Amino acid sequence: MKAAARRRLALGFLLGPAYGWLALTVLLPLAAMFYFSFLTVAPVGGRIAEPTLRHYAAFFDKGFYQTLTWRSLKLGFDVTVLCILLGFPAALALAKYVSGRWREALFLLVVLPFWSNALVRTFSWTTVLRDDGFLDRAIRVLWPDAEPLGLLFSYPAIVIGLVHAYLPYMILTCYISLQAIDDSLIEAARSLGASSLQLFLRVVVPLSLPGILGGVLLIFVPVIGSFMEPRILGGRTGIMLGTVIEDQFTAVFNWPLGAALSFIMLGIVLVIFALATPLLRRRLSGI
Amino acid sequence: MSAVEVSHAVKRFGAVAALHDVSVDFADGEFFGLLGPSGSGKTTLLRAIAGFFELDAGDIRIGGVPVGDRPVHRREIGMVFQNYALFPHLTVRDNIGFGLAVRGRPRSEIDAEVKRMLALVQLSGLEARKPRQLSGGQQQRVALARALVTRPRVLLLDEPLGALDKRLRQEMQVELKQIQRRIGITTIFVTHDQEEALTLSDRIAILNEGRILQIGRPAEVYERPETAFAASFLGDANFLDGRVLDRGSVAVEGLGRIPVAGALPEAGATVRLAVRPEKFAIEPAGAGNANDANRIAGVVRGAIYSGTSITYRVELRAPAAGGEARTLTVFRQNLAAEPLAIGTAVELSWSSANTILLRS
Repeated sequence: MKAAARRRLALGFLLGPAYGWLALTVLLPLAAMFYFSFLTVAPVGGRIAEPTLRHYAAFFDKGFYQTLTWRSLKLGFDVTVLCILLGFPAALALAKYVSGRWREALFLLVVLPFWSNALVRTFSWTTVLRDDGFLDRAIRVLWPDAEPLGLLFSYPAIVIGLVHAYLPYMILTCYISLQAIDDSLIEAARSLGASSLQLFLRVVVPLSLPGILGGVLLIFVPVIGSFMEPRILGGRTGIMLGTVIEDQFTAVFNWPLGAALSFIMLGIVLVIFALATPLLRRRLSGI
Repeated sequence: MSAVEVSHAVKRFGAVAALHDVSVDFADGEFFGLLGPSGSGKTTLLRAIAGFFELDAGDIRIGGVPVGDRPVHRREIGMVFQNYALFPHLTVRDNIGFGLAVRGRPRSEIDAEVKRMLALVQLSGLEARKPRQLSGGQQQRVALARALVTRPRVLLLDEPLGALDKRLRQEMQVELKQIQRRIGITTIFVTHDQEEALTLSDRIAILNEGRILQIGRPAEVYERPETAFAASFLGDANFLDGRVLDRGSVAVEGLGRIPVAGALPEAGATVRLAVRPEKFAIEPAGAGNANDANRIAGVVRGAIYSGTSITYRVELRAPAAGGEARTLTVFRQNLAAEPLAIGTAVELSWSSANTILLRS
């Protein structure tokens, strides 16, 4: 009994600070925003607020918001898929084929985007992607007659900027789960007659699924709410649900609508993951 | 006919030579044990046959066909790994069926074969389990079934029973041998456990420092080790150094003339003899009845009681050439309830047939 009590106390000491902090900094403001989303106006500066559901209704009444939601989900999908296609092979190479000093150096390059200021990083892409920017000039070195690509202020520019920002997450999560795959499993598959492709599809990919999923969670959710890259790199094509929400807080000053749209987005994300969970649980059992 | 032939295999890892000109033929259907300490090259030899790396020199034939340029997945081998290496994300059925699935066999055939293998390893009914839901012994059986289902030309076992506790290991030894007999598959296994090697093998190779020291049937290798290393690695041995007297005997300092069977070098050459600890008879001094066996006098200096047997450390009355004390290790079956007390004067005797002449 005494040991059990001491255990609980120790648990409290270990978990208390982190969860207390999270409660204070995440749940409280979120609760406030959730409350605001049901009011006519934000109750700041002495304004009188009435309860209402009209901000939520607006999402369903106006096709505009639904179109934006689709655009944001598509952006999230495109960026995530590109991160998998680029990040997984890199993680595989780092985990299984590179070692020692080379691995350290390559890891440094992976983590570099984390260390640079997000705004600086995004603006630097504008100098690369704009007409007659670094990219166009580099292409003209090879093909002097090439037309400008006209990438800046387009959907691909947004994707390029976001993939750059989020690729490290995918590489790191995949690396961790790939490194955990025992080499003897690979040898066993080989000894049983598996070709390289079969080994990859039947053993390596299924066993690294937790890492891929971790990366997907870390990338998909922030990307569909992103506003900086769409605004700076997308220009007029960069209107997304994230930028509209940002507008409500910084430009239009309609906090309740911004809050309502954020919670709808959160709801959509939760529904997507709820639908995917049973499927994933089956695939992941035993790993 | 040889199922697997290794000739003049050489493998270096950096500056370390893991295999030094190793040649060995594995006969069709035999159970062959590779025995040696870690770093002896036994695992390297097994992995070379599997094809996990290329040899620096020499070649390997499986079923008469050179396989040097064939990657692992085209060598038609079955392998059981030390930690079993079962695929954690697949069920027992899919683990066993893996080798057939990658060969593109139809589902119905795979199901039938998996069923047959499960019956063979006595795991019917566990098809839908995941590896983590199985005990160590069950995992071992799944690993064996998975390796056998493709009907490989040779079965390679890397310390197959090392992860099991003693009792289970003994059970699995019997079962492994039965399954191997029933299928008749050529089996090569690596172990550092001498008892396991003796129990399972039709033939044994003893390896040390990348070389094969001796190949033979278990009784041959145990009773007639050719080198001091083989004598002390497989079983225990007492060594006696002496000088050849004539064609049939060796003089050992303080012990006189010891008859030795077999071809001795010319008179005057120094040789090393070995006697296994269980070959001695140990009796209190004066109790023995005289016979033609070798007899030496000593004093009990230590006794280790281990249930079925007692291990004595006996110091000889006659010191070695340099004057230092000599002690022999003697096993005695636990027939008498009371072990001999420390300090008891004893006589050791053994039959000349049990004196082993070692190659220097």
